[in-house]
Amino acid sequence: MKHILNVQVQDHSGVLVRVAGLFSRRGYNIDTLTVGATETPGISSMTIVVEGDDRVIEQVTKQLYKIVEVLKIQDVTNDEFVGRELLMLRVQANKEDRLEIMHLCEIFRIKIVDIQRKSFVIEATGTHSKLAAIEEAFRPFGIQEMKRTGLIAMTRGEKLPRKD
Amino acid sequence: MAKMNGAEAIIACLEEAGCDTVFSYPGGAVLGIFEALRNSKQIKNVLTRTEQGATHAASGYARVSGKAGVCIATSGPGATNLVTGLATAYMDSLPVIAITGQVASTMIGTDAFQEIDITGITRPIVKHSYLVTDVNELPQVIKEAFYLATTGRPGPVLIDVPKNISDMECTAEIPGTINLPGYKPTFKGHKLKIKNACKVLQEAKKPLIYAGGGVVSAGAEELLHELAHRLDAPVAVTLMGKSAYPFRDGYFIGMLGIHGAPAANLAVTECDVLLAIGARFDDRVTANVAKFAQEATIIHVDVDPAEIGKNVPSDVPIVGDAAAIIRDMLEFLQPAEHEAWRARIESWRPLTSDAYGEITDSLRFRDVIGRLNSLTRGKVVVTTDVGQHQMVAAQFFNSHRRRGFISSGGLGTMGYGLPSAVGAQLAAPDELVVCVTGDGSFQMTMNELATAKAHNLPIKVILSNNSNLGMVRQLQKYYVDNNYFGIDLEGNPNFEKIAEAYDMAYYRLENPQDIDAVLADALANGRLTLVECIIPKEEMVYPMVLSGHGLDDMVVESNNTPARE
Repeated sequence: MKHILNVQVQDHSGVLVRVAGLFSRRGYNIDTLTVGATETPGISSMTIVVEGDDRVIEQVTKQLYKIVEVLKIQDVTNDEFVGRELLMLRVQANKEDRLEIMHLCEIFRIKIVDIQRKSFVIEATGTHSKLAAIEEAFRPFGIQEMKRTGLIAMTRGEKLPRKD
Repeated sequence: MAKMNGAEAIIACLEEAGCDTVFSYPGGAVLGIFEALRNSKQIKNVLTRTEQGATHAASGYARVSGKAGVCIATSGPGATNLVTGLATAYMDSLPVIAITGQVASTMIGTDAFQEIDITGITRPIVKHSYLVTDVNELPQVIKEAFYLATTGRPGPVLIDVPKNISDMECTAEIPGTINLPGYKPTFKGHKLKIKNACKVLQEAKKPLIYAGGGVVSAGAEELLHELAHRLDAPVAVTLMGKSAYPFRDGYFIGMLGIHGAPAANLAVTECDVLLAIGARFDDRVTANVAKFAQEATIIHVDVDPAEIGKNVPSDVPIVGDAAAIIRDMLEFLQPAEHEAWRARIESWRPLTSDAYGEITDSLRFRDVIGRLNSLTRGKVVVTTDVGQHQMVAAQFFNSHRRRGFISSGGLGTMGYGLPSAVGAQLAAPDELVVCVTGDGSFQMTMNELATAKAHNLPIKVILSNNSNLGMVRQLQKYYVDNNYFGIDLEGNPNFEKIAEAYDMAYYRLENPQDIDAVLADALANGRLTLVECIIPKEEMVYPMVLSGHGLDDMVVESNNTPARE
């Protein structure tokens, strides 16, 4: 099954390669890997979606911990969490389709961020399945270009502010 | 620090870390580092004949001394030549520090002369690596590198230093403490788990200890000795753990694995509790893992949590330092007796020599090693290369010197024997160092004879010459139906002339009757020595567990059938 790992790392150069390299070297499959800054300078957060049974995930976690820059790993798969991906679509928007596309955007509560004579750029955030549904809904109009990020995830509930 | 440049800071930091020897090969990108090295009163520089030799020498040095071994190479090809040695050290968890020169940081990425991304190339085979971008990071980086290399599960650390960085002025001090928030190796074992393990051990009827290289790197030999006596449990070792039990008391039953001692392999198969300490259930140890220690409750002690449950599920996992955990176990354990079990194992001991066929007129390498063992009482440092001679050395040489058996176990690196002997001899200048090698392996790094000669190292090279790649021959015999191909070492040099060229004492050993006389003379002559043993290519290593079979299903020489029906 798919597991979602939140990994805190020191943002030294090379740490992304170390993490990604570990997955290929040990034969684990990354579905997505998203990395970015956190509230603490010097610390980045990676959200890694990886396929595997419990034994594989245990090994992945232990091997990740051996990377000197890896500070903390949280498997949030079974926790209450909010997970979001970002999708951008350039969809063909001919005169006769424009209204219907705008209507669809309202239904999905997503934004049109660029309007051209024959196309729109649409921005959507949501869960993996919502974005998949959006992709399907717009496919009949003609998707000219599509980009998706991986998942970022945050657990629900209170968290004490850092002491520093 | 007094006014110094980056290169001088590197050497000052090495000195502060207690380094007394570096194995090196110079070049354009490390000129500054060599200039600083020239002025060091503490550090002896050993110029090897390739950078690969330098890494192997550093790991041999590390194995014997227990300290980190240091090697230095230049950028580009110098750095790429370190790869095999770093991988060897990584697989065998040896603390090696490699310092490489790099092109100037302003030139990185331009495919400059002798530029190579060595941190990228070595990333999967080092414990950690640094590309230094600020001269004032150097003291901290080197301090951290020694700490990382030698603590937890030891391993190699690479430091890549651009040429301009080593020339810049360094104003940073050597830090007093280390701050690595993501690196906190577990030292003390979990008390409750230790208690559980002791309970399991106390109830065992047929306990067996399976000791690996972790016992050696933790310096837990004496504690293991006490543990074996307390539990009345025999000790089987891995190749890396060959010197983990340097005692003569009847508990040691030899190496286990696909060429292991029958007593050890049968004991693993029958034991009811298997206590693995500092060992990682490698496939050469377990053979068919589904048939490994099926009767046993497995207690796995290892400093690396990732090893636990990796190959074999363990019933009682304990993460921590082998010495610390054994010490804690000894607090709980009551003396036990397992007379019947011990007697059963004793009855298997003769199977080791029975695995081989009738004595013939020709020289057998196992007799050479057996006599070496008797004549030295196992109290010399032995290094090996990789192949049949290595397994014969593992079977017939019982190491009675702590840290006295040096071999490439995980990676199986041919060409390891001689350069690691150079490092070992420099770490133990007053002891005998014997390099057991084969004609294939020896020719891979024979150039290091020059290093040995230059430093007057009286290494004894015992060469098994069968004019063949014997271990591959053995694999072709069993796995490709005797279709021998690509293994005939035709074109071998005249080894007597090689010995002469390097001012070595030379002995040719062809007659079984001459073994004692030749070995006695060779060991006592005080010189760099080559003993060439002429071995028939048909000689194989037994027992052998074929692929897919369990450890108790061993092929032996006499009739190619299992050792025990």
